[in-house]
Amino acid sequence: MEKAINKRSEKKAAYLFVIPAVILLAAFLIYPALQTVRYAFTDYNIMRPDHIKFCGFNNFTELFGDGDFWKAVTNTLYFTALVVPFQTVLALALAMLISSKRKGVSIFRAAYFSPQVTSMVVVAILWTVLYNSNPDSGLLNALLVKLGMEPCGFLNDPKTSMNSIIFMSAWQGAGYQMMIFLAGLQGIPKEQYEAASIDGAGRLKSFLYVTLPDLKNVIKYVIMITVIQAMKLFTQPYVMTKGGPQNSTRTMVYYVYEQGFQKRNFGYACAVAAVFFVIVVILSLGMKKLIKAD
Amino acid sequence: MTQKQRTRLGNAVFYIGNTLVALIFVSPLIWMISSSLKPEAGIFKGLNSLRTFIPTGASLSNYLEVFQRIDMWKFICNSLFYVFVIVVLDLFINSICGYALAKFEFKGKNLLLTLVISLMVFPPEAIMLPMYREMADLGWINQWAALVVPFVAKCFSIYMFRQFFLDVPNDLLEAAAIDGCGPVKTFFRIVMPISGTVYATVLILDFVAHWNDFMWPLLVVTGEEKRTIQLAIQTFFGSKPINYGPIMASLTISAIPMLIMFIVLQKYYVEGIASTGIKG
Repeated sequence: MEKAINKRSEKKAAYLFVIPAVILLAAFLIYPALQTVRYAFTDYNIMRPDHIKFCGFNNFTELFGDGDFWKAVTNTLYFTALVVPFQTVLALALAMLISSKRKGVSIFRAAYFSPQVTSMVVVAILWTVLYNSNPDSGLLNALLVKLGMEPCGFLNDPKTSMNSIIFMSAWQGAGYQMMIFLAGLQGIPKEQYEAASIDGAGRLKSFLYVTLPDLKNVIKYVIMITVIQAMKLFTQPYVMTKGGPQNSTRTMVYYVYEQGFQKRNFGYACAVAAVFFVIVVILSLGMKKLIKAD
Repeated sequence: MTQKQRTRLGNAVFYIGNTLVALIFVSPLIWMISSSLKPEAGIFKGLNSLRTFIPTGASLSNYLEVFQRIDMWKFICNSLFYVFVIVVLDLFINSICGYALAKFEFKGKNLLLTLVISLMVFPPEAIMLPMYREMADLGWINQWAALVVPFVAKCFSIYMFRQFFLDVPNDLLEAAAIDGCGPVKTFFRIVMPISGTVYATVLILDFVAHWNDFMWPLLVVTGEEKRTIQLAIQTFFGSKPINYGPIMASLTISAIPMLIMFIVLQKYYVEGIASTGIKG
C-alpha cells in the first residue's frame, strides 16, 4: 500500500521535474528544427513574412547549381579536414609536455590553456592585426622578413587566408583538448611504461605501443567534438575576412547568415541550413560508429 | 650516466623545452597586453625585435580612452547579467530533469533519454533562422528574453547531471523516504546539498560557452542598450578613429571577467572537461 503511494508520488515528481526542460526543448529546439525543414521548401523572404509560398524542391535544385554554395561546402570541409588533425596533434604534444609531475607544471599548463581564456572574438581581432600583410605593421610578417623570407599575404591572399584561420583556430582551441588528453595520460598505469622499458622500448616505442593504444578512445572522442566544432566555423571569418578574399573563407554557416540576414532569402538560407545539418549528422553518426567499433 | 644525472638532464629538458614552447605559445597575448600599454606610435615600432613585447613608456591612457569612447562597463555588465541568468536557470531546470532521468521511473523516460543524448551535439546554427523568426513573433528582438530563454534547457547539461545523479546511492534516497521525505523534498534537501561538484562543473562550462556567444547576439541585439561585450569589442574594432592601443586595451579588458571565473573555478572546469573525455 505504502509502496503504491510512493510510486505514484514518484511519478508526479518525475513529470514535475522533466516538464520545464521538455517544454523549452520543444519550443526552442524541436520546433525551430521542424520550421527549418518547412521553410526550406518555401520562397520565404524576410521582407514579405506574410507571403510564404510552397515551392517544392526549387531551393534545392537552385542550391546544386549555386557555385557560392559549393565553395562554402568545400571551404567548410577543407577547414575541418585540416584543423582537426593539426589541433589534435598539437593538443596531444602539449599534454605530453606537461604530463610529468614536476614543480611548476601548472604554470606551463596555464600558459598553454591561456588562449582559451580569451574569447574567439578577442583572438580573431588580435590575429587580424598580427596577420597584417605589411611587414611594418604586422608582427608575423616582420618576423618572416627578419628570417629572410618573403612577406606573406595571410588574410589578404585567397591562397593563404583559410590556412591562416586554421593556424589561429588551432592555437586558440588546443588548450581545451590538451586538458582532455592530460586526464587520459594520467589515467595510464605507470606499470605499463615500466614494463615497456624493461622490454627495451625507447621513448618512441613506448609512445607508439603504450600511450597511443591506451588513449585510443580519448583521441576518438576529441576528434569527434573537434569535427563538430569545426563544421560550425563562423566567428573567425565574420570578424577577420567577411568571407573573402574571393570567397576563400566563406563557410556554410556564414553563407546561411549571409543569405538569410543580408540577402533576406530566408527560404533559401533554410535549405542551406538543412544541408549543413545533414552533413553534420552524417559526420557525427559516422564517428559514433567509429567509437563504438571497439 | 647515473640515475641522478639522468634525472637532472630530464629536468633540464623539461624546464627549458616547456619555457620555450610556452613563451612562443603565449607571445600573441603578451604582445596584446604590451601594445595596450604603449603609446600609439610605439606599437608598430621595432616589430622585428623582441623589444616589441616590452611596453616602453607604459601608461594606462589607452584604457582610459576605451572607457571614454564606449560604455565598456555597461557591455561587461550586460554580458555578465544575461550569462548569469542563463546559468542559474540552466542549473535549476536541467538538474531536476537529469535527476528524474537518473532516479525516477515514468512513462516516456527512455524516449526522453534517447532524445537528450542524440540532441547533445545538435548545432544551433542550423536552426537560427526560424529561431530568429520565433523571437520576432514573440516580440523578443532586442529583449533579454531572446538572449536567455532559448538556451536555458540544454541536453548536454541534462546529461552531465544525470551521469552524476546515477551514482547517488539509492539507500540514501530510501532512508529519506522512510523518514517521510517525498521525492521532491528528498532532492532539494538531501541530494542537492551533496552535489556541489556537478553544479560547479556545469556552471563554469555554461558560463564559458555563453560568455563567448557571438552569432546569436549579433542577430537579436541591434542597439547599444543590450549590447554584449563580444559585440562591443567587435564594433569598437571597426569604429573610427582606428587606434590599435585602445583596441588592444579593449581586448584585454574583455578577458578579465573570464580570467577571474577561471581562477575561482579552475578545478571544476578541468574536471569537467576531463570527465567528458573519459565518459565519452
